[in-house]
Amino acid sequence: MPDVTIEIDGKAVSVPEGATILAACRAAGIDTPTLCYLENLTPVNVCRVCVVELEGSRTLVPSCSRQAESGMKVKTDSARVRTSRTMVLEFLASSVDVSLADDLQRQMRRYGAQPGRYGPPAPPPKADQRDASVAGHHDPPSGDAAHTVAQPVKRDNELYVRDYTKCILCYKCVEACGSDAQNTFAIAVAGRGFDARISTEHAVPLPDSACVYCGNCIGVCPTGALMFVTEHDRRAQGTWDPSRQNKGETICPYCGVGCNLEVSTQDGEIVKVMSPLESGVTNGHLCIKGRFGWQFVGKRR
Amino acid sequence: MAVGGDQARAQRHRLLPALHGLSDRIGWISPGALNYVCERLRVPPADAYGVASFYALFSTTPRAPQILHVCDDIACRLAGAEELCAQLEQKLGPPHEPLPQQQSACWTRSPCLGMCDRAPAALFIAADPGGSPRGEPLGEVDRPRLEQALLSEDRPPAQPARATVAGTQRTLLRRIGKIDPESIGDYRKAGGFTALRRAIEIGPAGIIHEVDVAKLTGRGGAAFPTARKWEAVAREPARPHYLICNADESEPGTFKDRVIMEEDPFAVIEAMTIAAIAGGCERGYLYVRGEYPLASSRLQKAIDEARAAGMLGDGICGSPLRFDIEMRRGAGAYICGEETALFNSIEGLRGEPRNKPPFPVRKGLFGKPTIVNNVETLANVIEIVAKGGEAFASVGTPGSTGTKLFCLCGHIARPGLYEVPLGTMLAELLALAGGVRGGKRLQAVLLGGAAGSFLTPAEIGVPLSFEGARAIGATLGSGVVMVLDETADLGGILVRIAAFFRDESCGQCVPCRVGTVRQEELLHRLRRGRPLGSATQERDLLAQIGQVMRDASICGLGQTASSAIESALSKFEVFNRA
Ligand SMILES: Cc1cc2nc3c(=O)[nH]c(=O)nc-3n(C[C@H](O)[C@H](O)[C@H](O)COP(=O)(O)O)c2cc1C
Ligand code: SF4
Ligand code: SF4
Ligand code: SF4
Ligand code: FES
Ligand code: FES
Repeated sequence: MPDVTIEIDGKAVSVPEGATILAACRAAGIDTPTLCYLENLTPVNVCRVCVVELEGSRTLVPSCSRQAESGMKVKTDSARVRTSRTMVLEFLASSVDVSLADDLQRQMRRYGAQPGRYGPPAPPPKADQRDASVAGHHDPPSGDAAHTVAQPVKRDNELYVRDYTKCILCYKCVEACGSDAQNTFAIAVAGRGFDARISTEHAVPLPDSACVYCGNCIGVCPTGALMFVTEHDRRAQGTWDPSRQNKGETICPYCGVGCNLEVSTQDGEIVKVMSPLESGVTNGHLCIKGRFGWQFVGKRR
Repeated sequence: MAVGGDQARAQRHRLLPALHGLSDRIGWISPGALNYVCERLRVPPADAYGVASFYALFSTTPRAPQILHVCDDIACRLAGAEELCAQLEQKLGPPHEPLPQQQSACWTRSPCLGMCDRAPAALFIAADPGGSPRGEPLGEVDRPRLEQALLSEDRPPAQPARATVAGTQRTLLRRIGKIDPESIGDYRKAGGFTALRRAIEIGPAGIIHEVDVAKLTGRGGAAFPTARKWEAVAREPARPHYLICNADESEPGTFKDRVIMEEDPFAVIEAMTIAAIAGGCERGYLYVRGEYPLASSRLQKAIDEARAAGMLGDGICGSPLRFDIEMRRGAGAYICGEETALFNSIEGLRGEPRNKPPFPVRKGLFGKPTIVNNVETLANVIEIVAKGGEAFASVGTPGSTGTKLFCLCGHIARPGLYEVPLGTMLAELLALAGGVRGGKRLQAVLLGGAAGSFLTPAEIGVPLSFEGARAIGATLGSGVVMVLDETADLGGILVRIAAFFRDESCGQCVPCRVGTVRQEELLHRLRRGRPLGSATQERDLLAQIGQVMRDASICGLGQTASSAIESALSKFEVFNRA
């Protein structure tokens, strides 16, 4: 394929035709924040943290999904870009619990984001209130506190929990559950506006939904909103300690496909199973056996 | 079993009509009914729930089968809608809950219902197990009238009121009020379908040429050259091509398309057919907002009659051409007027705008080349084809040709729909409508709707042309001219506009999803005189929120969500007066 050459921050960068501006930025070694982008998923370009200034464009453009076209002139560190990126990070951090979103935190430090300037977080609403919100209606705010997405943790099965107080609505789990990987469509975005949320049909518990517990949504979630029960409980007890964890690579023993597994152990116990994004076999996706089968290893012992 | 693939996609576009079917019958979308639809259409239930819960007219929790939507949006607010809603709450209980007096009914607040000329307005909808729900628009309402609509059993349905139409030129409005909108014979006698015949004669290239010479630009808000759009679609090799008439009209203060559709529905059909011929489109969709029951029933009748008369279907008007129109009802979502959100809505997906590029002329509805035009834009085409582009271009200014419909509402003596040549001075238009009501002093004019901007009395000399508006940093938008007299509570209007964008954001992108919330919170702080830090800091923060929404949002909703508010704060002492 022929290359296209674009100018980024004054320097010429060449990438293969069809590549995105993001790919060009990365090729040039420019640290570009992304939240909703993932190599193995179709770009949804919704978070807008990756925006860059493109000469001739009225608005900023999302680098993760805009294809590089020869002759483009791009700025990644102009005042406009910095303002938008900073505000996107602040908007998220002022409305969502991002304490476990390491990369987002790193970018917040980089851009000097101050989520506190929208006021103190509003007290969490009543349980189930978010799931019951009605499209096109909301109670007028006082303005004294910043509205958040806080809601109780959903713990309705033995394998993983959904803590949507930590959800930045990046759509990755929906894509992983849908046509990008699992083809199960157990979850989707429901509601609209600030009340939009990841949900099963009529917000039924997971066991009543189409979920097959492949855990692919956990694998792609960037904020820890979706979490193995093992990790969730250890964190709650204060016994989750990445510094004492070992990661080992292995091949899943359950069937003949041969999925690559990345197994984390702590204190001699398996606490988490992922699959590398780069794996040609899995693209990061697994099934219930590879992802959760080890729980039986523990139980049998 | 996993439901996906081509087979499922083939059914998916029937989802929104199916959800309407449920809501029309029982007034809400129950889990059992939703599952049934999902099995029939092979749509995953979580997906269908995501779609159903997107729309404000649908309820996914049990709701009374009769519902009264009371408009509390800007024009109605100027006419006392807040006080009215407070009275209703006192007498009828909280919104969405069954009334203490009658369990089968409830009431709720609503954004603009497109009846701002008869504010305050309401819309009564009664579900019907037989599938023929009753939708009754109510204008100039007060509490007793609304209570009667809700509580009395055998009340004759109100006669639909006809809009006040006026202006200095009658081109688009020439048949309004003069013909029976349900009679194709009347339409013919008034010259109907002669333009279509001429269009068939001159063919696609001839039509596009006339529209190009006419310099027609879109009336849906963006003022894009219509001929360029048509030409681009006509050129695309991919088939089929689609034509969409955007009749989602939900910009607060706007009611122009409704009047055309209610009073001259055959003109919409004829104009769509001409556009379809130009673009080589075999299939058309007419997407009408769900809050327009009269417009949709008249349009459906017109489509059926036109088809029976050979003006739609195979061999239109005796030619070998084929074109047919399907009507789709929206379900309460301003964002579905954005063209790519509209595609998704028709396709049975959530009404979330798509990233552009690719543009609709290349990849639109179902991924195919698609023309999207506003009702008023299309209505102009009839005159252009009948009389020629040059005649059309001789009206208006060199940069803004033809006439334009303006929706006059608020504190104006004679609210209604006015047609004037583009370039007419705003002051002239206000005079034409009798000036500020009751001889009061003018405080401000909201031009272009919630996505438009506020003008000061010193600015009413502006010529109402696209370039004239642009020169003062404003936009004609959808043609809203909302008048605020000296007594109007501008701060209250701003807070309502902020609430509107917060409610109508699709929620997809962070700048708009969270920005509209932060903007609303901040305005409430200013209004209550309780800034975080100093008022200046708050103003700076508001400007930054506006900037990120404008710069980084996916679509026009987020990009314009701060424009009216910022214009008001920069020109008026809004929150420092009291
Ligand atoms: C949030 C939003 C809402 C819109 N609503 C409408 C609408 O109700 N009717 C309409 O014709 N255009 C609406 N538009 C503009 C359409 O996207 C599109 O530009 C228009 O239908 C093109 O038709 P025109 O060229 O004839 O104006 C809206 C745009 C945005 C961003
Ligand atoms: S575990 Fe798998 S099937 Fe269940 S919601 Fe997550 S991705 Fe979908
Ligand atoms: S749960 Fe996680 S993956 Fe899913 S949308 Fe929220 S943050 Fe993204
Ligand atoms: S700007 Fe607002 S309405 Fe438009 S895509 Fe983003 S969230 Fe949705
Ligand atoms: S990473 Fe590009 S929009 Fe989210
Ligand atoms: S009908 Fe109430 S504002 Fe338009």
